[in-house]
Amino acid sequence: MSSDVAIVSFAQAPNVRATHGTTNGVEMLVPIIQKALANVHLSKKDIGFWCSGSSDYLAGRAFSFIAAVDAIGAFPPINESHVEADAAWALYEAWVKIRTGEVDTALVYGFGKSSAGQLRRVLAMQLDPYLVGPLWPDSVSVAGLQARLGIDGRLWSERAMAEVAARSRAADPGAQIHELVTADELFERPYVADPLRAHDCAPITDGAAVVVLASAERARELTPRPALITGIEHRVESSHLTARNLTTSPSTVAAAKAAGVDGVTLAELHAPFTHQEILLRQALGLGDEVTVNPSGGALAGNPMFAAGLARIGEAATRVMAGDADRALAHATSGPALQQNLVCVLEGGA
Amino acid sequence: MTTSEAPLSAPLDIGFDYTRSLGPTLSRFVTGLARRRIFGARSADGRVHVPPPEYDPVTGAPLTDLVEVAHTGTVTTWCWQPKPLAGQPLDRPFAWAMVLLDGADTPMLHAVDAADVHTGMRVRARWTTAGGNGIRDISCFGPDEPEVPPRDADDITMITTPVHLSYQHSASPEESRYLRGLADGKLLGQRCPACEKVYIPPRGACPTDGVPTEEEIELPDRGIVTTFCIVNVPFLGQRITPPYVAAYILLDGADIEEEHLVLGCAADEVRMGMRVAAQWRPRDEWGTTLENIDHFRPTGEPDAPYETFARHL
Amino acid sequence: MAGLCREAIDRALEDAGLSFSDIDAVVLGKAPDLFEGVMMPELVLADAIGATGKPLLRVHTAGSVGGSTANVAASLVHGGVHSRVLAVAFEKQSESNAMWALSITPPFHMPVGAGAGGYFAPHVRSYIRRSGAPDHIGALVAVKDRRNGARNPYAHLRQSDITLESVQASAMLWDPIRYDETCPSSDGACAIVLGDEQAARGRTAAWLHATAMRTEPTTFAGRDQVNPQAGRDAAAALWRQAGITDPLSQVDTAEIYVPFSWFEPMWLENLGFVEEGQGWKLTEAGETELGGRLPVNPSGGVLSSNPIGASGMLRFGEAAMQVMGRAGDHQVDGARIALGHAYGGGSQYFSMWVVGTEMP
Repeated sequence: MSSDVAIVSFAQAPNVRATHGTTNGVEMLVPIIQKALANVHLSKKDIGFWCSGSSDYLAGRAFSFIAAVDAIGAFPPINESHVEADAAWALYEAWVKIRTGEVDTALVYGFGKSSAGQLRRVLAMQLDPYLVGPLWPDSVSVAGLQARLGIDGRLWSERAMAEVAARSRAADPGAQIHELVTADELFERPYVADPLRAHDCAPITDGAAVVVLASAERARELTPRPALITGIEHRVESSHLTARNLTTSPSTVAAAKAAGVDGVTLAELHAPFTHQEILLRQALGLGDEVTVNPSGGALAGNPMFAAGLARIGEAATRVMAGDADRALAHATSGPALQQNLVCVLEGGA
Repeated sequence: MTTSEAPLSAPLDIGFDYTRSLGPTLSRFVTGLARRRIFGARSADGRVHVPPPEYDPVTGAPLTDLVEVAHTGTVTTWCWQPKPLAGQPLDRPFAWAMVLLDGADTPMLHAVDAADVHTGMRVRARWTTAGGNGIRDISCFGPDEPEVPPRDADDITMITTPVHLSYQHSASPEESRYLRGLADGKLLGQRCPACEKVYIPPRGACPTDGVPTEEEIELPDRGIVTTFCIVNVPFLGQRITPPYVAAYILLDGADIEEEHLVLGCAADEVRMGMRVAAQWRPRDEWGTTLENIDHFRPTGEPDAPYETFARHL
Repeated sequence: MAGLCREAIDRALEDAGLSFSDIDAVVLGKAPDLFEGVMMPELVLADAIGATGKPLLRVHTAGSVGGSTANVAASLVHGGVHSRVLAVAFEKQSESNAMWALSITPPFHMPVGAGAGGYFAPHVRSYIRRSGAPDHIGALVAVKDRRNGARNPYAHLRQSDITLESVQASAMLWDPIRYDETCPSSDGACAIVLGDEQAARGRTAAWLHATAMRTEPTTFAGRDQVNPQAGRDAAAALWRQAGITDPLSQVDTAEIYVPFSWFEPMWLENLGFVEEGQGWKLTEAGETELGGRLPVNPSGGVLSSNPIGASGMLRFGEAAMQVMGRAGDHQVDGARIALGHAYGGGSQYFSMWVVGTEMP
């Protein structure tokens, strides 16, 4: 896989339980678009392609992404596109665009105001509308079903899940969720959806993220140590939730194999549930020597439709800072890890 | 500059009863349920899936080989739902479960009504009295359900699935300032510091510059019609009775139009460039909404020359 | 919904002589999820559209999405990522009600909006005023497109008996737009297989000569809603990339997104086929009819079929069929260069492509 494209800048809005802002994300996006551009001394006219990820159903508005375009100041008109998915997939589209040679810079953004609706119920809308959706299985319950499959199969335990939670909650004092607590203490807390406890589930978060990409050549002009994308792949699994193998994430395995993840020392995994972090670690074959979710991951703050992009941004930031030479970022979409994207980053010089 | 008062918010409920045509495979499954029979489909690899997918997960081929399975099965995993949400199968605590029906190779997702639910539990389907409601013909599964025989029912080719979602809609801080102004009988615009255009309503991001509008400008409640249409057609969700004139009104001093109604003359007398003024509702009916202005009416003054508003079209 | 997509996909694969195993990736395009009441339906359609185990993308750029989807799929091939990509776009508007979905008024907003027709009608009025176009132009377009639709077995509305008088007698819905000048609400799907040079070996193909996409905000002070800058910029970039300096002479036929009949003259100007204010003259002279100088919407266009998410891809696909000589009864004789065009939102999203019989 070529290393034609690099990440040069990342900015994210503070992850909060609820903003006063609108579901269009404008209030969250304006300052971070400015910051992401300022980081590399670019202005909006220097960006060749813009791409965003968001969801109408999260916002309760058809075309909710249209008003978000105001945050850019899109006049003169821009070359722009949008995916109805986590902005990690918008980053993928931008990566493709730079590879065509049509543009050499791109700005990708994602946003989500989960507090506007009842997220766990909204996500039931992703299920088969004929025979599953009408029961309204919410996203926490679906995750719980997946968690217990792994518990019964001895792939992970509730205690191991608590350890993931304890580590994630301690990771970043600036994160939405920050708590110094032991796994033992967490394990004693009550269930919210047996087998899941509150700490096993990502919080409700309003947030947004921005990443600036450039061709490798341009990237070297913009920042001393860009994060080169040496591999980026994604795969989707069957629509038939109950027929899937829910404990081994075959699509993550396939994407990682195609992207080439050997030798990574740091991984940002988009796991909104503790058991999913363990599952993804196993699927990716990450040993103890790999630092996982130094940012705290989605468990510390989960801005829907931006969280996957934020994983890529967090990994890129650490690569650009020299904390890791080779890192992996993962993003997920759909019920119980149905679709997965793996991005491998290398420190360039 | 926008105040630090909390922005306005209000509920936004979206609901529709979606009408879904079923296609051959799902139609046979749903008809089966109405007859209290459960069918799965055999995929290319020989597995029987319940409910039947329309297309093979591996080959993509349409699945038409349907196999009847039992009403009984085994719980393969479960998750407790202590506080059921709207629309879910039961309104008291229950377990979500994947149930592998006898004769099937992959489980189906449904509810189990049992406090002692556990992996490996044997359960049987509980049926509703009425039928024809697709997967909800099975109300849930339970450990001690009676056997229920098949019965007659007509073929079903369509189901209705109601979707109701509740959101809390928030106005932006700039919009909230504008709405509170309206509650006071004022039309407040804001100027963008970059392009210096006066926007009404004010914006969290000027659409051409990507920065919030700032300097507050109170605008008069009069202006001109730039362009308009006459709405004759009724539609679902409409709140004003047709025919009515939906017009873009450029208030004096504003650089962008607002949409409103023009009444007070025959619809076919409305013209591009017509000078209009706001007709407010009685003060005690005011709220934080542009609807405080019931409509705009012609003032009788001469129309604005076309050249003065041509660039606003 | 799966069955709807498969009707188009099965035909596209058969037409290409390929099976699912030959496809490297799938790109699905669709307009607001509210129409069908499914969030991110590509996830539940993965098996049906042959995406399981593969990369799957979902594009949503409002009404232009069918075109954007084709452009994204083209980028995947052009960028050397994949050899063969399946692009599919659909809308199943009968699951709900399109006008309801497009007219949901959030709190604090005046409920003045009356769907897409109510949105565009004032701008059509502006066009008529700016250009001095006579009143019957909209009706001429409606007659042409519906009669063209009658030659297209896939069209939703096929009205070979429609006349200027019948259109002008039809109900005025959002003055100045009449019932017969308005697109239907349709269920439909379109599928395209895109490939690289190797994939095209030994087959008739439509070669991409250019693609372009531009966006501008829905409203801003002084915005031109009739002849939007984004459309002009996209067209300029498109013609430049395709090496076309005189579109009216060099383009043989155009499939343009015309959901309300007056958009034909408006887009002819916006696309640069004629000078501003002159579009209606081309229509009035009959030049956009089959057999005219620039047949526009020989398929019947959006006025004959409008499954919103698919409509853009239908334009792109029809343009491709024209240069492959596969358009049957609505074939434009000798078409070698064709335009596919789509727009969406408040006339703010534009995607377009130029295809040709020969490699560029």
